[in-house]
Amino acid sequence: MEGKKFNERRQIITLIILILGGVFVVRLFFLQVVNQSYKLSSQNNVLRFVTQYPARGTIFDRNGELMVYNEAAYDLLVIPRQAVIGDTLAFCRLLKIDLESFRSRFEAARTYSRYRPSVFLEQISKEDYGFIIEKLYNYPGFFFQARTLRKYPRPIAAHVLGDVGEVNNSEMERDAVYKMGDYIGKSGLEKFYEKTLRGHKGMKIMMVDVHNREKGSYHDGIYDTLPVTGKNVYLGMDARLQEYGEKLMINKTGSVVAIDPATGEILALISSPTYDPNLLVGRARGKNFNDLLNDPQKPLINRAIGGTYPPGSTFKMINALVALQTGSIDEGTRFSCQGKGSSPIKCTHSHVTPLSVQAAIENSCNPFFWNTFRNILNNSSLRGQKNALEFWHQKMLDFGLGHRFKTDIPFEVAGNIPSREYYDKVYRGSWNAMTVRSLSIGQGEILVTPLQLANLAAVIGNEGFYYPPHLARKIGEENDSLPAHFTQRMETGIDRRYYRLVKDAMLDVFEGGGGTARRFKVKEFQAAGKTGTAENPHGKDHSLFMAFAPVDKPTIAIAVVVENAGFGSTWAAPIASLMMELYLTGEIKRPELEKFLLENYPDPVEHERE
Amino acid sequence: MRENKSIFSQIELPVVLLYLALTLIGWLSIYAAVYDEDHRSIFDISQRYGKQLLWIGLALVLGLFVLLTDTRFFNGFAFAIYLATIVLLIGVLLFGSTIAGSKSWFQIGGFALQPAEFAKFSTGLALAAFLNRLDTHISQMRTKVISLTIILLPALLILLQHDTGSALVFSAFIIVLYREGLSAIPLILGLIAVVLFILTLYFGAFWVIAGLAILLSVSLFFTKKSLQNMARLVAVLAVASVFIVSVGYVFNNILEVHQRTRINVLLGLDEDLRGAGYNVHQSKIAIGSGGFAGKGFLQGTQTKYNFVPEQSTDFIFCTVGEEWGFIGTTVLIGLYVMLFLRLIRMAERQRSTFSRVYGYSVVAVLFFHFAINIGMTIGLAPVIGIPLPFISYGGSSLWAFTIMLFTFIKLDANRLNVL
Repeated sequence: MEGKKFNERRQIITLIILILGGVFVVRLFFLQVVNQSYKLSSQNNVLRFVTQYPARGTIFDRNGELMVYNEAAYDLLVIPRQAVIGDTLAFCRLLKIDLESFRSRFEAARTYSRYRPSVFLEQISKEDYGFIIEKLYNYPGFFFQARTLRKYPRPIAAHVLGDVGEVNNSEMERDAVYKMGDYIGKSGLEKFYEKTLRGHKGMKIMMVDVHNREKGSYHDGIYDTLPVTGKNVYLGMDARLQEYGEKLMINKTGSVVAIDPATGEILALISSPTYDPNLLVGRARGKNFNDLLNDPQKPLINRAIGGTYPPGSTFKMINALVALQTGSIDEGTRFSCQGKGSSPIKCTHSHVTPLSVQAAIENSCNPFFWNTFRNILNNSSLRGQKNALEFWHQKMLDFGLGHRFKTDIPFEVAGNIPSREYYDKVYRGSWNAMTVRSLSIGQGEILVTPLQLANLAAVIGNEGFYYPPHLARKIGEENDSLPAHFTQRMETGIDRRYYRLVKDAMLDVFEGGGGTARRFKVKEFQAAGKTGTAENPHGKDHSLFMAFAPVDKPTIAIAVVVENAGFGSTWAAPIASLMMELYLTGEIKRPELEKFLLENYPDPVEHERE
Repeated sequence: MRENKSIFSQIELPVVLLYLALTLIGWLSIYAAVYDEDHRSIFDISQRYGKQLLWIGLALVLGLFVLLTDTRFFNGFAFAIYLATIVLLIGVLLFGSTIAGSKSWFQIGGFALQPAEFAKFSTGLALAAFLNRLDTHISQMRTKVISLTIILLPALLILLQHDTGSALVFSAFIIVLYREGLSAIPLILGLIAVVLFILTLYFGAFWVIAGLAILLSVSLFFTKKSLQNMARLVAVLAVASVFIVSVGYVFNNILEVHQRTRINVLLGLDEDLRGAGYNVHQSKIAIGSGGFAGKGFLQGTQTKYNFVPEQSTDFIFCTVGEEWGFIGTTVLIGLYVMLFLRLIRMAERQRSTFSRVYGYSVVAVLFFHFAINIGMTIGLAPVIGIPLPFISYGGSSLWAFTIMLFTFIKLDANRLNVL
């Protein structure tokens, strides 16, 4: 039989099997009997995998002042299967929790896993930790893990800095780096720069004996990985200015945004009412968060980037700029105004008539800007009113309106600049300049955020360009991950000479005899500004003000919105003026004005129209 | 008359007992691996041990069914079964569902069936039926080509499912061909290729070629310094160099990242404590912590803390190592070796080529699984996810191995009736 021919090969195959079996047994002998490092059975020792949490990166302001730092705290972890608690009541007293809480916490840990550690009591302070660790040998299965908590030296900029909380399920699913109990940035810069700030977790393998004592690191720590501290974020914000602005906005609803026009760095971003960021840290976070959420004043909303307002008169300058650039009007064009009662849009002020563009801005003459806007839409070079509106819409986008800057805090909104398509839909195609006339004075469908308004001040101050407003100026020491578009210069495509015209007009708002903000002039520097009153269908009008200073080469551009405060000159202008004074001179020389603003607040109820 | 004797008096009882012992150890290990005080009932279908108990029950029914099947069926329908499996393998590529990155499962109601597991069985049958034909002999080129085609076709289809581990199992059939007379030279060449591959990864192509050149030059002193010999050596060096240079390319461009890492981990070139290295390291901790006598049944901590991934499937050996210690692992390895040697003895006593080739196929496939799976858990083989026969959790593999083994037991029981 031919099978027999290769009979000897049976021996070779048998030999291979025996040799491999032998190799396995020898290997296992070394692994299980000879190698002592794996031998943990005699004392029922186990390896404990302790996550080494990295310190989160800190955040500095533009002058190197610390705005957020870390403080040590400790989580008490439990492995339910190992847990032995002799005297439950004593244990509860030690941890300062009640029996009910103890039961529910232990049950939660058991439900998660009997064999894997889970957080039993989170964020124990350094002081309590010292006390508890002394007694912990009585309670096998419990051990500590070091964490860090965020701390804020000044209780300011809550909306900007954002908060940090435990990851939820969907966040864990999105990024496998996160495990149950990890912290993640939930809002503000903490959320936007999460990947920069969080660093890398490390893992330490400890050997633990039956008495819950750590017996040292396993294999001399060769399998341990060190945590890598998160990178720091350096802001363009001025902490002092931010704090001062928040103070001025106490008892007022609204927002203040200040930008460095040369770079787009945000100097201050205030949304009022605000809250102490320290409230959203530690064990009280959940409760405090709910309180803030249910507060009728809605302090959690960031009005500076998420609130939208009709820009009112502050909008007139850009209509003037577009009109000048397209030749729809020129510097000498005058439109007559019949004073109060003129149509279709009334003038709210009494002044000489007819006015040229510069005087019209100073006097905020509504009929002038209606005529200006109509001239844009009727400009023959723009080929019809509908095409002209499309052109106008694009120009508004160039000014940074109607779209997001993609700035570095989440929940920024785009505002609204109505498009041709919008009106075609609403009016089924039949509309004209008359239909959309409120656009001429910044009312109607136009909505802008305070951030956009501040940027508009920066554009005018810069005479034609801006950098997308942003908070961070440097990420980490190498500065390697700042979003590229922050340093991308955006042009508006309008000649500088038209800007100078508008600037002169805005300068007169402070300097001119009839300027609406002349009362708030500071002699140390020349400021240019524009008041605005945004009609509010729900109550008293919103008070708006935008400004920049020094007028020739501005280093600060600012927008102030005070809700339900009436005329822009009443509340918004003095706040902007004081902010600029502090930033440019480093001190406040008008204590009475400051005192007035701190002690008074706008009466939200409408009594009579001024 | 022998034919009148009951099939049960003819079967090789020790093999059946070994099978039952391994299955029992497997079930106990799965029970220990997923043991949870809240789910004590062994019939709890929501737990893996409950399901495995069901799979074992069904496996025994399948085994009984195989024993009652007429032997002629296996030979006669070998190619039909093989083709049916090929159709299933193609079908799974088109209609299958993806589990853990491999598109190799048919989802039928609550459970998943993996045709690749059954392909090992049918390939063994087809190979046996083919070599059983009178006009075939392994020394013929035609026979070699067809045999290799029979083996490689399912392997390729399984490779397309991204189930590299199961595809590699088919290389075990080389052992069968070797037993049937395939020259050992391809095996030795393959071994040399593996050695060169590893050396190249360690030292780089340049040094390996240089070393080989020196070695060959030295060997020239011990042979006749004829022109012919020199030419031969140059040719060997040239072929080897091409191979060595291509190693880098294959390794870096053809292998996938995780496969590269696994090889690097095995060779100690990469720690990768978070990925493959972590698994192997955890597995070694679990096995090593078992010590000489083990921690005792259900007392394992490493496996239960879920430190070891895939602890009831690919890494089930850890549970044995941790809870039963060196004694347990040695006994388990002993049981496997006994099974293999017994099966070889049975294969050798077959009268028909069909039964012998099939018997060796069973040995080869089981042995490959045994070698790679245990090797991987103790850091001697790369991490290739294939189950430990009869032990690992999973219905498809248990049933496939059962059918495979019992078919051979049946063939063996019937051997005297073969003319």
